Amino acid sequence: MIGATLPGGASNAAIARLASLLEAHTGQRLAASRAWRVDIALRPLVAEYGLLTIDQLVARLDAGEDAAIGERIVDAMLNQETSFFRDPGTIEGLIAALAENGVMRPRLWSAGCASGQEPLSLAMTLIGQERAGEIVATDVSPGAIARARAGRYSRFEIQRGLPVRQMLRWFTECGAHWVARPELLAQISYRRHNLVDDPPPAGRFDAVLCRNVLLYLSPTLRARVLDRLAAALRPGGLLVLGAGETVSGQSRHFVPSAQFRGFYTRDSG
Amino acid sequence: MKSCLVVDDSKVIRKVARHILEGLDFAVAEAADGREALDHCVATPPDVILLDWNMPVMSGMEFLRALRETALAPLPKVVFCTTENGSAHIRAAIDAGADEYVMKPFDRETLESKLQIVGVV
Repeated sequence: MIGATLPGGASNAAIARLASLLEAHTGQRLAASRAWRVDIALRPLVAEYGLLTIDQLVARLDAGEDAAIGERIVDAMLNQETSFFRDPGTIEGLIAALAENGVMRPRLWSAGCASGQEPLSLAMTLIGQERAGEIVATDVSPGAIARARAGRYSRFEIQRGLPVRQMLRWFTECGAHWVARPELLAQISYRRHNLVDDPPPAGRFDAVLCRNVLLYLSPTLRARVLDRLAAALRPGGLLVLGAGETVSGQSRHFVPSAQFRGFYTRDSG
Repeated sequence: MKSCLVVDDSKVIRKVARHILEGLDFAVAEAADGREALDHCVATPPDVILLDWNMPVMSGMEFLRALRETALAPLPKVVFCTTENGSAHIRAAIDAGADEYVMKPFDRETLESKLQIVGVV
């Protein structure tokens, strides 16, 4: 029943069930201000299952007959908004800041990488400066990791933040899409990872980028994740948050970097 | 306030672009072909030009070559905005001196991003 229209939004009970599912899988809370997005986010899935309403989708979930449906619903509800070189100057500033601190082959973690534009931006910047490094990219969504690993972007996605010369250098036209060149993707190791529940990837990082993830967590989980990010960073390593995020009052491990605006330095403890 | 010249033979595209650009605080002028655009640039050079490829009278590429032969200094930034979305066209535009390239259809985010990249937002 592709193209079915939804007669009205989800019931409060369905929204509450979906919020509980999202929190159980990811730790993320479905704030009242985001509840309206559920209808838009789940509409394609409702149609795909041949249903008419979100309440019917929730009923299908609770029937327990489809092992994958819960993960697919969560995947669709996650906000995966991202772009190349998001918050202009941040990626270049980070690589420059690390170089100023003598880190020429940085080990970087893109935590919450969504469809992969952030780790690719890191890789393009490093290679553009003829530098090597190691980039680990993680996301709680298996679908997001699959998309990131494929490195395939629509015309809208490829044009957001990416200078055209970089696009021509690092991506190949493939019909209406652009696909990252294998040598670029080879700079990045992708894996599914839940920031709330899973231990950080092994080894210490020189910098962690965790942008626009913490804002969806409760204060308690936010503090727990910041502790984990601190454990993943070497002393003096840098944490990069989203433009509207802060560690203030939420972690004793980080202080705003005196040298680099907008970055947080991990303490030596 | 920065200024943008929208060069496109489609009135609809000019209207959409104007709406987005005015929302980004640009003073917007319009031209329906390359010849008209060139006359405008000589009289009132804009900060940036949003340029279609296929137009009557003078195409986007012909305009770009003519613009680069003028004595204008500094030259306005040129952002192609066209349905010619293949890599060969994009490469040709960049080689001819375009600063950025928008593949149609476009939205506000794409346009704003490209204008940021060329340094006018």
